[in-house]
Amino acid sequence: MMQSAKISVQDFSLYYGAFHALKKISLGFPPRSLTALVGPSGCGKSTLLRSLNRMNDLIAGVRVEGRVSLEGSNIYDPDVDVVPLRKKVGMVFQRPNPFPMSIFENIAYGPRVHGEKKRSRLQDIVEQSLKSAALWDEVKDRLDSPALKLSGGQQQRLCIARLLAVEPEVLLMDEPCSALDPIATEKVEELVMDLKKKYTIVVVTHNIAQAARISDYLAFFYLGEMIESGVTRQLLTNPTKHQTEDYLTGRFG
Amino acid sequence: MKKRNLAQRTAFLLIGASAVITFALFALILGYVLIKGMANINWEFLTTYPALMGREGGIFPTIIGTLVLTGVALLIAVPLGVAAAIYLSEYTKGGIGIRIIRFAIESLAGIPSIIYGLFGFAFLVTFLKLGFSVLSGAIALALMVLPIIIRTTEEAIRTVPDDYRQASLALGATRWQTTSRVVLPAALPGVVTAVMLASGRAVGETAAVWLTAGGALKLPFSLHDPTRPMTLHLYYLAAEGLSLERAYATAAVLLVLVLVVYSLAIFFRQKFGMKRR
Repeated sequence: MMQSAKISVQDFSLYYGAFHALKKISLGFPPRSLTALVGPSGCGKSTLLRSLNRMNDLIAGVRVEGRVSLEGSNIYDPDVDVVPLRKKVGMVFQRPNPFPMSIFENIAYGPRVHGEKKRSRLQDIVEQSLKSAALWDEVKDRLDSPALKLSGGQQQRLCIARLLAVEPEVLLMDEPCSALDPIATEKVEELVMDLKKKYTIVVVTHNIAQAARISDYLAFFYLGEMIESGVTRQLLTNPTKHQTEDYLTGRFG
Repeated sequence: MKKRNLAQRTAFLLIGASAVITFALFALILGYVLIKGMANINWEFLTTYPALMGREGGIFPTIIGTLVLTGVALLIAVPLGVAAAIYLSEYTKGGIGIRIIRFAIESLAGIPSIIYGLFGFAFLVTFLKLGFSVLSGAIALALMVLPIIIRTTEEAIRTVPDDYRQASLALGATRWQTTSRVVLPAALPGVVTAVMLASGRAVGETAAVWLTAGGALKLPFSLHDPTRPMTLHLYYLAAEGLSLERAYATAAVLLVLVLVVYSLAIFFRQKFGMKRR
């Protein structure tokens, strides 16, 4: 799994000031599949996710050691520009965060900041992205209405569409369904199942049942360490470490 | 139990009375000036030149003087103030340098306006040889309203949810693209409020323009012409006993203009507040 990984993390440690948040993590994310990061609150799974496109750079006092390689090159090399990195490795957040603009403008934002000016091209991108995010049929007649008027689930799918519009290769999702109701959650899960045929996806989730439904690979985190990882089905039915088993059987979490 | 009730009622009464007194004072001043002034305001007063230093005639050039001085002051102060606010809120993470800058801005807000006038006279009028002019007066006003613009804009930028910035950065936008295309548009109503508050201050200012704008009773046709705003005209009319009637009429016009500007500011601020969910 390590050799063919799209992204691989090697001996990666992260500190928030004096706090050692991630301890020597090594993990690979295979292409065109979905890896779920699970574990109790504060275990470092979101921190690891945000390390994969260097969103942690925005927090003051963060220091890292080790490597995160995207197709072989270390994204923490000093000469790496985070702008193209984040275009390649996009992110969906816990709370849907569409811009206070129209649906169209939300999707067109990404292509625009990357230099696309032609209206006809933008229209194509918007339509394609909304179709890929399974939202087109619901919004095609009101592309000019404010995105904030959509329901929470629609907003989250809009955020996914907005991300697809910049043609990323890796999608990072930080508890993408935690603010959604069950029906909206189901729709987002269906969408994610479809997207993993094309993209490398990493999802942080609190919800083991969800991880079981959508993920191919699973990594379990506890207190800043990765306890174990593997194929989801195997790990869920046959955990080798007692912390994993305790967590899965609900003894803590 | 009874004692507590009594305390509660007394407190309520005192607090309520304070609110009523505040409003009554406002109404009294407003009513007094408007009643005394409105009698002498008519179309002619607003559109003709003063005669005999203001004893007769209207106040047309002073209305223009006020508008031109305020307009030019905003043209200088708004870009500068908004840029400074963006720098302070989006591009810095605190630290000693920033705290010094912030302290300077707060202090700037507390300087008496006559000091701006005096500085304007010494530095702009005399040293830079800008003379008594629209430009000198407007620069002095601009310096005076700069802290208002910076603080109000900064507040507006800070209320823009961090989610927007994160979303934009995560799409591979640069920091500047994020600021200019997402943060600023979201903060725009607050920026408009800042401009309104600043123009209210500028329209009503006397001391800062007294020693800088000159005071000529004619229309300014260039930035280098001297001009006299309504506030200054009002001061001369009253202080030199030229015409108390016309002083009140001028005061009423000035007051209405300031009220309109501040109402717009409040309107924008409320609209802005509602948008934040």
